[in-house]
Amino acid sequence: MRHTRRPVRGAGTLAATLACLLLAGCSAGSTASGGTGKNALNIGLTAEPANFDFTKTEGAAISQALLNNVYENLVKLDQSGKIRPQLATSWTLSKDRETYTFHLVKNARFSNGAPFTAKDAAFSIGRVKSDWTIAQKAQMDVVDTARAVSPTELKVTLKRPSNDWLYRMTTRVGAMFSRTGVDKLATEPVGTGPYVVKKWNRGDSITLARRHDYWGRKPHFASVTLKYFKDPTAMNNALLTGTINVIGTMQSPDSLYRFANNPKYKVIEGTTNGEVVLSLNNGSGPLKNPKVRQAVRYAIDHKALMDTCWAGRGKLIGSMVPPTDPWYQNLTNAYPYNRGKARKLLEESGQAGRTLRLRLPTLPYATACGTVVKSQLEQAGFKVELDQLEFPAAWLTTVFKNADYDMSIIGHVEPRDMQAVFGSKTSYTRYDSPEFRALLKKADQGTQQEQITSMRAAARLLSKDAAADWLFLLPNLMVANKDITGLPVNTVSESLDLTGLGRS
Amino acid sequence: MAQLREQFGLNRPLVEQYLSWIHGLVTFDPGNSYISHAPIGPQISDRLQVTLWLVGTGMVIACIVAIPMGMVMAVRHRRPSGLILSALSQIGVAVPAFLAGILLITVFAVGLGWLPANGWTPPVEDPVLFLKQLVLPALSLGVVQGAVLTRYVRSAVLDVLREDYLRTARAKGLRPTQALLRHGLRNAAVPVVTVLALQLATLLVGAVVIERVFVIPGLGSLLLDSVSNRDLILVQDVVMIIATAVLLVNFLVDIIYLLIDPRLRVGAS
Repeated sequence: MRHTRRPVRGAGTLAATLACLLLAGCSAGSTASGGTGKNALNIGLTAEPANFDFTKTEGAAISQALLNNVYENLVKLDQSGKIRPQLATSWTLSKDRETYTFHLVKNARFSNGAPFTAKDAAFSIGRVKSDWTIAQKAQMDVVDTARAVSPTELKVTLKRPSNDWLYRMTTRVGAMFSRTGVDKLATEPVGTGPYVVKKWNRGDSITLARRHDYWGRKPHFASVTLKYFKDPTAMNNALLTGTINVIGTMQSPDSLYRFANNPKYKVIEGTTNGEVVLSLNNGSGPLKNPKVRQAVRYAIDHKALMDTCWAGRGKLIGSMVPPTDPWYQNLTNAYPYNRGKARKLLEESGQAGRTLRLRLPTLPYATACGTVVKSQLEQAGFKVELDQLEFPAAWLTTVFKNADYDMSIIGHVEPRDMQAVFGSKTSYTRYDSPEFRALLKKADQGTQQEQITSMRAAARLLSKDAAADWLFLLPNLMVANKDITGLPVNTVSESLDLTGLGRS
Repeated sequence: MAQLREQFGLNRPLVEQYLSWIHGLVTFDPGNSYISHAPIGPQISDRLQVTLWLVGTGMVIACIVAIPMGMVMAVRHRRPSGLILSALSQIGVAVPAFLAGILLITVFAVGLGWLPANGWTPPVEDPVLFLKQLVLPALSLGVVQGAVLTRYVRSAVLDVLREDYLRTARAKGLRPTQALLRHGLRNAAVPVVTVLALQLATLLVGAVVIERVFVIPGLGSLLLDSVSNRDLILVQDVVMIIATAVLLVNFLVDIIYLLIDPRLRVGAS
């Protein structure tokens, strides 16, 4: 037998390596993690939009990315919550408080080249009723007609006076669309804003590029990349290692110490519109019984809860109003923590043996607070079954659309959202109170003082009825490189406005 | 509802739906996502490229670690150095990839600041950044896979060492290492290549986790996201592609067998 006909040294290694190389492939990818350099900014955020069409898709992530940046409205909110001109230079309100006349800027253009005119504005307002499918579209129901008087003059007639309507024009329902640019809203948004969507790497990032032909003052950064992180630790690491410059929404407040004493970073802490609500299903199940809802409110020690699950950052509010709204009042004492009372109410209700399904979205604050809520409720004699639903899709379908839940935890970040969450029987809270709706109506139609008084009364009623439990108000926690300027202390709108950001 | 059924073609017979799906896949037009409404084809090909780089580099690292180490372990299996290596590889087997990833991030990215902790840049855009971002995730995949592979290399080489033809080779005057390299390796390679192919599936699964830890937009994270979004059509397509990839590799392995061991060619004819 001959063994050495030819040298086969390393044939095994060769074959193995070959297999490896075959697998490695030689293709060039086309996904990027955003720009670099002085004119680029990378911001870390949590919830990625499912698509770009906020006319048909619920959730705040799309507005956060696009409003004020890609889309503009006739009017916008400034940092103090006042309504300011954006695409409208000025506006007047008729004596009967039903007709608004807007004077529009002359030189604004959409990113598809079309000029912005009053016809587009009328089209955009009309389209909310005809084409939009999200819950907020109801805020435009009060509009009777919107018509273009001239290319720069728009007349909007309301069915009745509404304090709320002009404010809503600063939110997503007031976004201005091009008559020739609404075919592919889900993938190619067309607006008049200073940025356009340049690239979207799904599951990773959205890159916005500054427009050359923007009508207004150009923002500082030529390119802004919004990078989405499912995991708070990964987001912190990205800032520590320079992949991002700003943590837009800090999701792990207990790790703030890593940045707080480091001169390279600055920490911003203010308030938001984000009420973290322990939503209760008022329409069916054990929580239909008001006594059970009241028992839930008594059973929760809010201070301890906020300390445990959100490192004590945030603010206790006790109802659906953040302190940046004119009708804010401290309602934290309506149901002071009292385990004995909770137990008693639960016994009286006759629902003591029932299991409550606490269905949480997979969001850091919800999962962190969910276990604390569960244990506090169980200590007061409740039975709680915890269940996680992927956010956004699964949670939106199961809880928000079908109301198939007993309790949930969600941050309602939309501004002035008492009406949207509790004002209709079809809302997922299934709260049904004619008295509450009457108060909201009175607030909307009355004078400004009446608005404030009635909104306060409405918030008190919500709290008294235990329509939900308000765990705390999310803090506006941002961490950024020291040289980034223009970051907002308080979040007053649903948009992450990039136009004021700069570098010192 | 009827309109939706029409739009998604759910009113057609099942067989027709299936065939049209297959047709779409084969012609690289798998349709649009339910959730984002964006075409799926480019999404998948983008993500696939990312994952191929990751899994490929991981495989290379696994081979580089496992083949020499396994051989040394086999040749010195009774000596302390072999035993130490053996123990090391056992630790490697026990460590899950995500833990390795977190450890690597903690030490090299956050601690020492040598490499980025996460992110992904395509090689055409910025080759240096691409390599920097590839190192840690590929290492965490590769080292763990390498440790597993090492055990197989070791036992394959040990088996070969006991064969008669090696004793004969030694008798001819070759030193043990020489004998192993000339006559043993080719025979030892057959089982190792088999394991390698099987491990590819594991590696793809590992990539799902690693992509999450390192925030890499690859096929794994696409699969995870579409499962959580109930984006059925995307899930279907991604799973199909992963299955095809595994089949393809098995096919390649069969060809590699023939290259390694001419006896198999004779057997086939």
